[in-house]
Amino acid sequence: MGRFHLHADGTDHVHELDPDAGHHQDHDHPHPDAGKTPEVGDHSGYLETGQTRITILENLLSENDRVADDNGRRLAAAGVRAVNLMSSPGAGKTTLLRKTLERMGDVVRIGVLEGDIATSLDADQLQGAGATAISVVNTSAGFGGECHLDAVMVRSGMERLPLPELDLLIIENVGNLVCPAEFRVGEDARAMVFAVTEGEEKPLKYPVMFRAADVVVVNKIDLLPHLDFDVDLFLSNLKAVNPRAHIIMASARSGEGVEEWCAWLAAQGELEPTPSQV
Amino acid sequence: MLPGEVRAMHELSICNAIASTAVKHAEGRPVTQVKVQIGHLRQVVPDALQFSWEVVSSTTDLKDAQLVIEQVPAVVECLDCGATTVLDLAILACGACDGFDVKLLSGEELLVVSIDLVDA
Repeated sequence: MGRFHLHADGTDHVHELDPDAGHHQDHDHPHPDAGKTPEVGDHSGYLETGQTRITILENLLSENDRVADDNGRRLAAAGVRAVNLMSSPGAGKTTLLRKTLERMGDVVRIGVLEGDIATSLDADQLQGAGATAISVVNTSAGFGGECHLDAVMVRSGMERLPLPELDLLIIENVGNLVCPAEFRVGEDARAMVFAVTEGEEKPLKYPVMFRAADVVVVNKIDLLPHLDFDVDLFLSNLKAVNPRAHIIMASARSGEGVEEWCAWLAAQGELEPTPSQV
Repeated sequence: MLPGEVRAMHELSICNAIASTAVKHAEGRPVTQVKVQIGHLRQVVPDALQFSWEVVSSTTDLKDAQLVIEQVPAVVECLDCGATTVLDLAILACGACDGFDVKLLSGEELLVVSIDLVDA
């Protein structure tokens, strides 16, 4: 280790000039430590005759990240702040989004990029709620439905949006707690909606997603009287994997916390403060 | 969607990225092995990745290439007590003093390390 590392912001270095780089990738010399190191059982490092090994050390997501950076630059050039909204299926992203549009849609020009596996059902729910523009990206290409939006999908969705007419782009990712966290799409911030019906242990089971979030909206708190959900236990689990996340307790259904969420969104782009409406 | 499907598709996406990286560097030459490093914090299941590789590689020039997965443990350095510890769980806490003020040293790798080619 040591010749490459990832930073918390997702960027990475590869120190290809390190004289020791690639050492353990080509064991075509006698190993003085043979028999002492735990790696000795790994024979994948030995080359058969007539073969050549090429050291690559390339991040698997580098192509995605390159497109994500392009997306980010295009959004910045158009003066648009972008928020990647993620959650498991049914946590309440779309309902929260509809309340958000109703609350701030006539003050802040909001574009919505909807990722959905095969339908436009979510986008249909948002029609008339106050979005300046909505673009749907169905992710059902390739192997029968991707489980996340990647930077290329977001790029094509952005092409159908009037970016100069927008202040804020909300990218509603596909409902899934595993994949979306791996793929940057060019966003300025990442928001996660978590429903209290999902259970206190979820931050420990899906740490990549919970770590990636700048803000966690703890949704459906109107249901708490009917559940055994332990709020303090959940918050301590969340803090264990992501101590820096901003936490908003909310119910998109009752409207509780929606104002705080809208204020957080507005603060992302130093957008005009939302007047109290609802 | 079932949780199992989500997971399999996660590894499938990663395999597509591995395959395209390998094909790009192979420049048409036959590939016998692709070695990747996957950090423990990446939530990649090695068996699912191997299975996905069979599916993905069979549709490309990589159908004879073996996928070798090196798993990289998650290691943190504590900024309070200075200890370097390997994580058992995905909780970013120091294994020595339980402090949360830690720096991640490894565990987020998602890297194509090398490819082996048949000499022309």
